[in-house]
Amino acid sequence: MPLWLFLFLAALAVIAALGVILQANTVHCLLGLAINLLTVGIMYIGLGAVTVGFLQIIIYVGAILVLFLFVIWLLNLQAEGFTGYLGLKVLVAIGTAAFAAELALIFLSAPRISKVVAPLSQDSISGLGHALFSDYLIAFEVTSALLLAAIVGAIGLARRVPLSVDETARSGVGGRRLGETEQSPEQTAGGTSVRPRGITGRELDATVN
Amino acid sequence: MVLSGLLFALGTAGVLIRRNIIVMFMSIELMLNAVNLAFIAMGRRIGSIDGQVIVFFVITVAAAEAAVGLGIIISLFRNRATVNADELNVLRW
Repeated sequence: MPLWLFLFLAALAVIAALGVILQANTVHCLLGLAINLLTVGIMYIGLGAVTVGFLQIIIYVGAILVLFLFVIWLLNLQAEGFTGYLGLKVLVAIGTAAFAAELALIFLSAPRISKVVAPLSQDSISGLGHALFSDYLIAFEVTSALLLAAIVGAIGLARRVPLSVDETARSGVGGRRLGETEQSPEQTAGGTSVRPRGITGRELDATVN
Repeated sequence: MVLSGLLFALGTAGVLIRRNIIVMFMSIELMLNAVNLAFIAMGRRIGSIDGQVIVFFVITVAAAEAAVGLGIIISLFRNRATVNADELNVLRW
């Protein structure tokens, strides 16, 4: 990768990262994150990690960012501006500059392992596949279990809870009766409901009551 | 490498100064990304494929983390109707 291309991408990535943390509108923050991830992905490709670069673009920009966008729209967020304490922000700005300088110094003073870039013995994708299915086989299999657990956990977390503790306290002692579950959940949730109750929620209500 | 350090520092700053938990979450992704860049650059420098393998796993874990974290955010918003981290003191003793 030529130096000018690296410098261009690096500047773009830093500007996009600044945009992530400084924009008031959440969707603009997300756009900055998308640009940052794209530039870093292109940088991976330029560094010879072609497979990982494309994986980064597909998974991050294609999947995770869409998930973020979906949640932002689901929650219907407005631009919030900067809230919080001014002193904290000044402190964080100084601390960030010091932290970045320290990291840069550490990385620059790290011993050069080899001046000449050693070429990879295989091309990117076959080397990655060999490494994944020989040295890292156990980690690879554990990753599948992790993904399954994450899917189940995410569904369980985002599912509409039948009757939360707050609502029980507010609506009296016993919570809602079985017949009252037919009424619209949007009214009881105070307008914050984002998803209509499905069949499973109603069945769970019945079992809880 | 210096760039990855800079991006990591910016991600840390984002977590610290923003009070919107979704933006804080994005900043965490920024930090993960910076570490990935360091892995790729170092793997390239020592001519090893292991850095790319680690990045592969980090991306996978980041995807799982994003799914679970956003699930938590949705659940929190449904119960408290806010995404401001200062108001989310359910776990405070």
